[in-house]
Amino acid sequence: MHNDNIIEVSGLTRKFGNFTAVDHITFEVKRGEIFGFLGANGAGKTTAIRMLTGLLIPSTGQATVAGFDVFTQTESIKKNIGYMSQKFSLYSDLTVVENIRFYGGIYGLRSRDIRRKTDELLERLGLADVRNRLIDDLPLGWKQKLAFSTAVIHEPAIVFMDEPTGGVDPITRRQFWDLIYEASDRGTTIFVTTHYMDEAEYCDRVTIMVDGRIDALDTPGGLKKKYGAEDIDEVFVKLARGGVA
Amino acid sequence: MSIDGRYPMRTIRFIIQKEFLQIFRNRLMLAFILLAPVIQLVILAYAATFEIRNIDLFVVDQDKSPESRALIDRFSASENFRIIGYSDVESAGDHALLSNDAVMILNLPPHTGRNLVRDGRAPVSLRLDAVDGFSANIASQYFLQIIQSHNEELGSMQWKADSPAHIGITVSRWYNPELNYQSYMVPGILVLLITVIGGFLSGMNVVREKEIGTIEQLNVTPISKTQFIIGKLTPFMILALVMFSFGLLLARFWFEVPFEGSLGLIYLIAATYLLVVLGLGLLVSTITHTQQQAIFITWFVFVIFILLSGLFTPIDSMPDWAQYLTWANPIAWFIDIIRRVMLTGADLRDIWVSYFVLMTYGILLIGAAIARYRKSAA
Repeated sequence: MHNDNIIEVSGLTRKFGNFTAVDHITFEVKRGEIFGFLGANGAGKTTAIRMLTGLLIPSTGQATVAGFDVFTQTESIKKNIGYMSQKFSLYSDLTVVENIRFYGGIYGLRSRDIRRKTDELLERLGLADVRNRLIDDLPLGWKQKLAFSTAVIHEPAIVFMDEPTGGVDPITRRQFWDLIYEASDRGTTIFVTTHYMDEAEYCDRVTIMVDGRIDALDTPGGLKKKYGAEDIDEVFVKLARGGVA
Repeated sequence: MSIDGRYPMRTIRFIIQKEFLQIFRNRLMLAFILLAPVIQLVILAYAATFEIRNIDLFVVDQDKSPESRALIDRFSASENFRIIGYSDVESAGDHALLSNDAVMILNLPPHTGRNLVRDGRAPVSLRLDAVDGFSANIASQYFLQIIQSHNEELGSMQWKADSPAHIGITVSRWYNPELNYQSYMVPGILVLLITVIGGFLSGMNVVREKEIGTIEQLNVTPISKTQFIIGKLTPFMILALVMFSFGLLLARFWFEVPFEGSLGLIYLIAATYLLVVLGLGLLVSTITHTQQQAIFITWFVFVIFILLSGLFTPIDSMPDWAQYLTWANPIAWFIDIIRRVMLTGADLRDIWVSYFVLMTYGILLIGAAIARYRKSAA
């Protein structure tokens, strides 16, 4: 079966006890697109992304990622994705190079490739001078860029990012999105959650999640038009107040 | 660019490399890991002994005869006792005991010498501070030995002609002829040290990655659960064996503990035992959520195992139920094996049952750690 959807989600639900964190969400992500997953804190974004990356088994519903089932084929999914979690994921007591080598190694890259990729990546990020510094000693923005580059070191088909720009200054955020575009240009599908509504404008399509449900899914322009809003922020406020046009 | 999952050993190698980098980066921790066992071994080996020397004895001699002095000389000649005072008043003894100056009072009542010569028997009394029941028991044993040997000498001197035939006992002490407590204690303490260090380090390792959040990043890679656990186990195994080697060198050249058995066998057993300790640590680490929880659980389990290990109290004198519990205690098995191999030169044929138990235990715990490690939350 060939189709253009790299992620297909239908009625996906996750309950924790009586609390429904994700409530029957349905959407598709096309191969190669930058897909924005918007929502307030606690809307269920992280729970959704954890189900799609195989870290959390859903309660009910269906979903495939890169053609693999999220209930039964989580380990196959993991071979095809990169993930940058909300929690910082590099080892702060290891150096920049040691972190890259470790993650390259456990993704099965050859040592020769790891060395080449390390040099390329540090060159691109402008971090060549700090290659032997401990992660602990780097500013947050640098760490985040490095975490992203490490998450895609094995050139996965899809990369999932959970609030990658949280707590980062506007300039670094802009640079961060340049990295995302570069990965997208190389053909990687981008799945990114954020609560910065301005970042929605950088995405090909966005969905807005409110209280575990998906209330809207369209291009940023389409959403603004549909809700008669100036920007995505306004769309979000209208949705969050429960007013559906 | 190629992603290759066909070499599982390669993935494990990267985990081991990373763990060692982290261990060596933490210099303070490394110094602690390597030095603490040496210091503890030296301190514990000298401190932990069942032998009691210099028991503070107060003598109340109300008789002051040559016979009473002969007995007192026996005590002052013994290394186990130290006479801290004499008096001819009984209350002085009570005072010494109450003020904690003495732990034992030897009381020789008036006419002891006369009664001994006339009747062939004279009562003497012993009072002792028995707050520490264990020590008091040993002290009273020493006391009785001295009285007994004194009696034998008196008997052979004065009533040689008509003394009844008596059974002479000759004791031969095998394996530890000088009753050297260090030969007995050092191997056991060595076991404790690698247990505590290995158990705590592995117990805190995985849960630490949970706390920091790096575990999520590992869980989203194609790394297998077995690779993960083996990668975590190996560095601590190597580290613990290095520590163990330090301990063995000290045991051999400082404490001069005899090594009757084969060194290869000692290492084989130690490595097998470490599977148990590290397996337990990693299992705890995979089921807990914070380092605090991990420390408390590891501590709880190890304290029970150590107290029931036979190191500080002989297993044979435990109540039946506790003796059955020691069957489930890997520390007891290992201490038993290591003492037998080191001190009696036992080989694998002699200890295969114990070895088999340890091996089974290790495989079960490692298996449980792998099974309980979750890459996907249910």
